[in-house]
Amino acid sequence: MSGTLAGWLQIVALVAALALTYRPLGDAIAHVLTTPRHLRAERLVYRLAGVDGDADQRWSAYLRGVLAFSAVSVLFLYGFLRLQSCLPLSLGRPPMPADQSFNTAASFVTNTNWQSYSGESTLGHLVQMAGLAVQNFVSAAVGIAVVAALIRGFTRTGTDRVGNFWVDLTRIVLRVLLPLAFVFAIVLVAGGVIQNFHGVETVPTIAGGHQSVIGGPVASQEVIKELGTNGGGFYNANSSHPFENPNAFTNWLEIYLLLAIAFALPRTFGRMAGDHRQGYAIVAVMALIWAASVAIVTVNELHGVSSRAGHAAGGMAEGKEQRLGVWASALFAAATTLTSTGAIDSAHDSYSPFGGGMTIFNMMLGEIAPGGTGSGLYGMLVLAVIAVFVAGLMVGRTPEYLGKKLRGREMKFASLYILTTPAVVLAGAGLAMARPGERAGMLNPGPHGFSEVLYAFTSAGNNNGSAFAGLSVDTAWYNTVLGLAMLFGRFLPMVFVLALAGSLAGQAPVPVTAGTLPTHRPQFVGLLTAVVLIVVGLTYFPALSLGPLAEGLQ
Amino acid sequence: MSAPSRPGTAPGTAPSRTVSGGLLDPRQLIASLPDAARKLDPRGMVRNPVMFVVEVGALLTTAFACRGPSVFAWVITVWLWLTVLFATLSEAVAEGRGKAQAETLRRTKTATVARRLVDWRPRAAEVAEEEVPAAELRLGDRVVVEAGQVIPGDGDVVEGVASVDESAITGESAPVIRESGGDRSAVTGGTKVLSDRIVVKITSRPGETFIDRMIALVEGAARQKTPNEIALNILLASLTVIFLLAVVTLQPFAIYARAEQSIVVLVALVVALIPTTIGALLSAIGIAGMDRLVQRNVLALSGRAVEAAGDVNTLLLDKTGTITFGNRQAAEFLPVGGTAVEELADAAQLSSLADETPEGRSVVVLAKETYGLRARDEGELGGARFVPFTARTRMSGVDIGGRQVRKGAASAVAEWVAGHGGRSGADVQAVVDRISQEGGTPLVVAEHTGAAARVLGVIHLKDVVKHGMRERFEELRRMGIRTIMITGDNPLTARAIADEAGVDDFLAEAAPEDKMALIRREQAGGKLVAMTGDGTNDAPALAQADVGVAMNTGTSAAKEAGNMVDLDSNPTKLIEIVEIGKQLLITRGALTTFSIANDVAKYFAIIPAMFAVVHPGLEKLNVMRLHSPTSAIASAIIFNALIIVALIPLALRGVRYRPSSAADLLGRNIRVYGLGGLVLPFLGIKLIDLVVQFVPGLR
Repeated sequence: MSGTLAGWLQIVALVAALALTYRPLGDAIAHVLTTPRHLRAERLVYRLAGVDGDADQRWSAYLRGVLAFSAVSVLFLYGFLRLQSCLPLSLGRPPMPADQSFNTAASFVTNTNWQSYSGESTLGHLVQMAGLAVQNFVSAAVGIAVVAALIRGFTRTGTDRVGNFWVDLTRIVLRVLLPLAFVFAIVLVAGGVIQNFHGVETVPTIAGGHQSVIGGPVASQEVIKELGTNGGGFYNANSSHPFENPNAFTNWLEIYLLLAIAFALPRTFGRMAGDHRQGYAIVAVMALIWAASVAIVTVNELHGVSSRAGHAAGGMAEGKEQRLGVWASALFAAATTLTSTGAIDSAHDSYSPFGGGMTIFNMMLGEIAPGGTGSGLYGMLVLAVIAVFVAGLMVGRTPEYLGKKLRGREMKFASLYILTTPAVVLAGAGLAMARPGERAGMLNPGPHGFSEVLYAFTSAGNNNGSAFAGLSVDTAWYNTVLGLAMLFGRFLPMVFVLALAGSLAGQAPVPVTAGTLPTHRPQFVGLLTAVVLIVVGLTYFPALSLGPLAEGLQ
Repeated sequence: MSAPSRPGTAPGTAPSRTVSGGLLDPRQLIASLPDAARKLDPRGMVRNPVMFVVEVGALLTTAFACRGPSVFAWVITVWLWLTVLFATLSEAVAEGRGKAQAETLRRTKTATVARRLVDWRPRAAEVAEEEVPAAELRLGDRVVVEAGQVIPGDGDVVEGVASVDESAITGESAPVIRESGGDRSAVTGGTKVLSDRIVVKITSRPGETFIDRMIALVEGAARQKTPNEIALNILLASLTVIFLLAVVTLQPFAIYARAEQSIVVLVALVVALIPTTIGALLSAIGIAGMDRLVQRNVLALSGRAVEAAGDVNTLLLDKTGTITFGNRQAAEFLPVGGTAVEELADAAQLSSLADETPEGRSVVVLAKETYGLRARDEGELGGARFVPFTARTRMSGVDIGGRQVRKGAASAVAEWVAGHGGRSGADVQAVVDRISQEGGTPLVVAEHTGAAARVLGVIHLKDVVKHGMRERFEELRRMGIRTIMITGDNPLTARAIADEAGVDDFLAEAAPEDKMALIRREQAGGKLVAMTGDGTNDAPALAQADVGVAMNTGTSAAKEAGNMVDLDSNPTKLIEIVEIGKQLLITRGALTTFSIANDVAKYFAIIPAMFAVVHPGLEKLNVMRLHSPTSAIASAIIFNALIIVALIPLALRGVRYRPSSAADLLGRNIRVYGLGGLVLPFLGIKLIDLVVQFVPGLR
């Protein structure tokens, strides 16, 4: 089979699989978020946690829940990493340094999974399983819980209640993530991903040398790494490591898993809003951007070749696994940067200038196409609010979305939301570039070196977690500043989203008439896509012009 | 564009109501310059975050241009100041139009002397009076005004009837009647009594009269930001912050790339990116929106009300005067029992000769026009005795010798016929029922000539729906607005007229409290309701409605309760008010889109200019092939400033609005202002560059 045919088949199969699961998965999540019935296991959790499972919370209480839970998670994980040497299954690893522990704790709690450490040489099995993998589950669930509250803001009327954070969190973990993770972990093991408790083993290599190989519970962590759009690899090489991602099938499956929930959530939105067309419109915008991005990355990796070696290899082969090839690597790269996953199966640093630039731009979009679990949809809905506002004025009415008016209060929160991430990214990158010590961390000179720094802050601020590589980030400064960037980039937007949810829920609904801007038609899909591209493009164009654009337009 | 000429309009002509405004008189620009310069004060400017940033930027570049003078720095500095000035100019021009109107109004406020009555009591024969300046009148004072005198303050007529010239306010020179009691009792200070004598009870404090409020409104002094304007301002402020950040953080990136930028260039980039076009024109758009209403002789007492008008879901329209002409007219004579139609027409005309109601006159006219029956003078009919209509008899008619002719309500006439030995047959009832079903009013005509009285036939009185109403309602439906007709008629009649006029729904046999209940019901469903009203009993509903337009002829209670006053007292204008409200929002949205779309071209001008020196590949982004880095940046800034001036007429006039569905409207506006905003600056900047490249120092 030629590379081109295989490449196309992968994409077609991926789209088909996502289309097939759109309805059942989206509907199932909607059911989980709306049913009044509790499972016995859930009741037990509520009793242990001292939570009233039937109580609804105001947006502020919901937010307090999110923040308190996340704060405890950061502290717990920090302690775990600092104390790992005293715990079983540590493989004799020493405690992680303080700044790196902070960075790692912030990274996994914020669903970023930026890794300034190398998993196999730093962490024991217990920390990986009970520390990191647990955060992989709950940080993904927190994202879905927040978007659930926002959707309730749209669907509920005249109330100050947006749901119960503890119930949402528990149900998403127990009823959605755990069962899916269980099933697909087995599929991954069947595909060749390892799952054991082996320690370090020394094996002879073909060339006659010796190599240290470490085993571990990889499949169980790999599955939620993708499914929860986390991206933190068991191994430093992430999904380019053959134990995490042995072949083309597991590679395809991992791409599917990291897209599945984020692409199904618009269905959940449509179902809860009582109008599936609204869900289709949102998923259409996500799919449009996704398809364009996959096309741009793939075409540039295949044809945007700048080196003679590249011409000989038939594409930008450097930094890509030979067993996966250019097509599969490009598809993975686009998907992982468009969701807030950040897992990688190839080195983005070695991509062509425009291909690599596109992965940066993907993250700059704010992780919305389809984005992280939950965070992708709420990001897209906030941009929809902005689009509806401008378009709504143009049809001569106070703008309204799903029967809710967008007035000063709503616009305040939506505006703050779109302001936050660019502020975090640009301020962080600006600071780093203004400090000679931090500039020295770059591996490459010129625009490419700048792209490495820009990539790092874009990745942290947008909670992606992938790295361009080439930048030495395990310094106290980068660990601290990137850690803060991840925390601000995650929780400030959540504050604004939940405040927006509260403000929307309190409104009485406006009836839909012929004078109402329709938000389910191709017209709106086009408009929202344009708003996303223009707002992001205008914000980051100057920075991009000095990085990937300068490099690519040689 | 001049203010509509109010006093002195030739009789019978409507006051000037041109809403063109597009022809911006250059003299008006120059006349507004002093005001515009005054508005540069940063303390006032801070209310507009976008333009405040431009002003701070202009100050910065001025400082740098002074320290290290260059042609480029000064060109940018001058055009940045012009950008700010154009913004304040647009506001000053918008306000200037109101000022002219305010001047006209002020002239009516010339010191009047009021004749205050001391201890006035109704029907008191002799009351002492004292002369006080109008400004000293207090609430509840009674003043007497006689022919030729100016009414000293707003109030209600409590005694007498007079014809009043209200042209000072309405521009309408035909005098109106004002009388005590009823719904025509309100008088406005500054208007002139033409005949007779009235006693007026003052209902407003000095300085808070209708004219005072009008002056404040048209001058924009009382202007507050409306909810949508606030929301838009928040979005614009946040975009401004984002672009500020993008540029501020660009400097460390640029230093790393060995392309450190001067402050002048960075300020230029910020100003080019932040949404200056809409930021500059936002307040002018709001003022002009109010002004467009004033030009249509509608006073909105708050900008909020104008915006609410754009959001209205339901229009409550009074049938009479809005949908139909104020009165019913005879449309047909329907004889019964073998009577010839001419005989019926003759009898009908006879019985109506003394009937001065519009209905009565329409019977005479119909008889004359259809059957050539000349209206006879009362004198021609020897010994005729006319029987006037009374609410008790519900009939009118005439007695000529032994012949008695009566016309009136079917049941009343049937009773009269029975009382005179006759019988009203089933055929009469059939005709009466049919007319009622069609929404008409049947008037039965009967005659008594010695023998048994008999019914001659039925006159079909019809409500005549105004021309073009059906199309108007069709338009409203496309805009998503439901129309509900309010009438005191019975449901049958109401339905027939509703069908004919094409309204969506009707409220029959409506009492004021029904109206109120209807408004509450609509509002409970989240709908915004607009209505017109004039009577005191309309006041609660006017206050409850989201947009309540009181007729100027109405009572002061109604005018107090509503949030708009129509000086022409034309209830149909409600539809125009809705359109103006929508147009106001559309103009804001369209210019916001235009402003943001402009940024794309500006990037293509400025970014290569900044960085092509160190990264020659970026020269490929210079798709406009601009002459040099300095000319490129200068051209972008000059375009940015000029587009504000170019769009002032549009801001004042409002974008074109045709009633259509939201999707169509959006499609059109995106094409014009979105795509237009994307393409136009490429052309504009290129053209400017072709000129400025010859400026020495910009090469």
